[in-house]
Amino acid sequence: MPKFTLSVNGAAREVEADPKTKLLWVLRDNLGLTGTKFGCGISECGACTVHIDGEPMRSCQKTVEFASGKKITTIEGLSTDRSHPLQKAWIDLEVPQCGYCQSGMLMTAAALLQKVPSPSDAQIDQALGDHICRCGTYLRIRKAVHQAAKNGGAK
Amino acid sequence: MLIGVRHAEAADGVFAPDAFLRIEKNGIVTVTIIKSDMGQNIRSGLAMIAAEELEADWSMVRAEQVKPNEKFSDFGTGGSSSVASLWMPMRKAGATAKEMLITAAAKSWNVPATECHAKQGEVLHAASNRRIKYGDLVDAVLRVEAPKNPTLKDPKDFTLIGTKVRNLDTASRVDGSAIYGLDVRVPGMLHAVIARCSTFGGSVKSVDDSAAKAIAGVRFVVPVDSGSSRGIAVIADSTWAALKGRDALQIEWDAGPNAGLSTASIRESLRELAKKPGVSGQRVGDPTIALPEGANQISAAYEAPFVAHATMEPMNCTASVEATRCEIWAPTQSPKSVVDAAAKITGLARSAIQVNTTFLGGGFGRRFETDFIAEALLLSKAAQAPVQVVWTREDDMRHDFYRTMSHHAMQGAVDAKGMLILWKHRVVAPSIMSRVFPGAIHNGMDEAALDAAKNMPYSIPNLEIDFALAQTAVPIGWWRSVYASQNAFAVESFVDELAFAAKRDPVEFRREMLAKNPRMKAVLQLAAEKSDWAKPAPAGRFRGVACSQCFGTRVAEVAEISIDPKTGIRVHRVTVAIDCGTVINPDSVEAQAQSSIVYGLGAALKGEITIANGQVEQGNFDDYPMLRINEMPEVEVHIVKSGEPPSGMGEPVLPPIAPAVANAIFAARKNRIRRLPIRNGDLGTKLL
Repeated sequence: MPKFTLSVNGAAREVEADPKTKLLWVLRDNLGLTGTKFGCGISECGACTVHIDGEPMRSCQKTVEFASGKKITTIEGLSTDRSHPLQKAWIDLEVPQCGYCQSGMLMTAAALLQKVPSPSDAQIDQALGDHICRCGTYLRIRKAVHQAAKNGGAK
Repeated sequence: MLIGVRHAEAADGVFAPDAFLRIEKNGIVTVTIIKSDMGQNIRSGLAMIAAEELEADWSMVRAEQVKPNEKFSDFGTGGSSSVASLWMPMRKAGATAKEMLITAAAKSWNVPATECHAKQGEVLHAASNRRIKYGDLVDAVLRVEAPKNPTLKDPKDFTLIGTKVRNLDTASRVDGSAIYGLDVRVPGMLHAVIARCSTFGGSVKSVDDSAAKAIAGVRFVVPVDSGSSRGIAVIADSTWAALKGRDALQIEWDAGPNAGLSTASIRESLRELAKKPGVSGQRVGDPTIALPEGANQISAAYEAPFVAHATMEPMNCTASVEATRCEIWAPTQSPKSVVDAAAKITGLARSAIQVNTTFLGGGFGRRFETDFIAEALLLSKAAQAPVQVVWTREDDMRHDFYRTMSHHAMQGAVDAKGMLILWKHRVVAPSIMSRVFPGAIHNGMDEAALDAAKNMPYSIPNLEIDFALAQTAVPIGWWRSVYASQNAFAVESFVDELAFAAKRDPVEFRREMLAKNPRMKAVLQLAAEKSDWAKPAPAGRFRGVACSQCFGTRVAEVAEISIDPKTGIRVHRVTVAIDCGTVINPDSVEAQAQSSIVYGLGAALKGEITIANGQVEQGNFDDYPMLRINEMPEVEVHIVKSGEPPSGMGEPVLPPIAPAVANAIFAARKNRIRRLPIRNGDLGTKLL
């Protein structure tokens, strides 16, 4: 099988995979980065969201071939010590319930704050409107994004 | 389950006075958790209860998930019972350890134990200004006998219980480090995906697996029968290869006996059953009473659909079956059932079976089942290697144990004074118990199916609740709040119909029937106050109220909605009032209330699994939509202060949301919603 060099969370990682393998499974099965979750496989739930060259993208839709040579950031790389303002706000407000969707929520929220440092409720809803949480953390997510924005979340 | 081992166990300087608790020399307090965490944050809740009585320093407390063993063998997580059932055992565990630590410290200082007290992980002797950390007492306390009846704290002295404390598991849920079932990685592990017969009860007629086997990474292609579905498994080096292998299978299916099954045929069979009396579940007064002059009698039928659990983490399990032992890693609500399944499939003794309960990416009742467990065990046996079975979203949607479809035949009457004098409710539904515990069914009665239908919170002089047991080939199972979710829809909507027939305010009408249920009355009062019920709703907004009492908890909800002529219904605000007895962590109560609203509202507005040709027609979130962040109402949670023991919180907030919204629609359009989900076409006026 062909080899690809991926840049994941600042490190070069070599993987051998079918070029059409979705990045999600390469991250989880080949690289052991299980923080990125499988939820639907059709881009409907957002649980698998990672940053590719700074843009939030669904890793269940992007192939390893596509991701090769691009800069990938996963939840494990959002910070190394839960120090990202979003992670701090998430902890402070006790946002997660089961937690399964939260990696994707955080990655999309982080990309949002990069573009819109102080988003409105409507902007948060728009950015996270194609994510799904079954536990009902939506209200706390909104609050936490606002709190992170105040605490320099765009950095 | 054995609670309270009465002798301190010494092991490498560890103080373990109880099966629930141990303290090490470094001061770390580890609380054994026998409940599965699926988002309800039960690990922290239970640890808080023990830590309160122990007078522990919360920053030193850790939670450890139990593995079924000789001390804990029979436990599961459901029925909103975790806190209620472990409230006293966890308190006693903490209190026992604290008394022993105080005794040990007093002995070492040669002072009476009565002069010492414990606080924040230390024993203190105020008179001599001495203090010692729990960790430093570990050796001394091993010589202390455990008290038979430890003194429990007076609730007014609680410092942790009733407060928001740092949740033990939140940090691992924001950095990707929390391990769910799908995240388990075992050396040598293979990945499996299964093509299951999509017709319920169907099987494999023939298979051509040559193309699948040609795919790089595919190791085995084997038939598998979990007991609830049959199919062909592809076992591979990676999930991707297994998925591709499954796509390449050529399978001819034998649809079996249910090929003609449809939603319409099931609905019709329930309607037929509703015509005849069922088995009486509760009778009060004389339900055949001749109605007095001026009485107004009405009847109506309500229907609820099949709905799916759709946990965010699809079903999965990892198993490693060896000749003399077996190990399972599973997001399960029932570790005991996992051991049962493994013992049956492997033939091994229970002591040779180890179950590791991971975090659950949602449970909602689905993870009580063992179909996905059986698959992993069978495939590990076949492959002679550890195997992780991965379900795709479509597998999960089409092979669920659904909340059952049900039919509710309602009759009621109000007298000339506007009092409810007659109530009849016939619940027509298939029974979950008849599958999982047939012994619980007597003369066609499944008591569980009448939850929130019988023993209503209201005093009604003449009533009859009966049950007609239906059959269906569609697998049905526990779904958050179970039968209460649909019974309350029928009950609270019909109470609203009777209030309207009596020309009474819906809150006032209910309140008058709650004289003998002061806790429910107070909850309803609180919801009415906080929702500004007495004042007119803002322009274009309409309110509906509903109550329910299940899992020991009383809940009242007021939903405030609007109906847009183009987009239909919008729920803006839900006011929730709760009496769940003593509150352990109000922040968790709020979270569980919000969670129940999302789950119940999503089902009320969108949830419907339909069957055609014996198969589920939906497959993923594109055709089985979920409530999204932009549709989330404000949820205000108000808790009644109570000194009663804690009752359930995972489910009771769910049942009232559908009828509260339906009743608000009636307030808006004078149009009664009698079937779920609430369709725009049922709102009363055509949308533009």
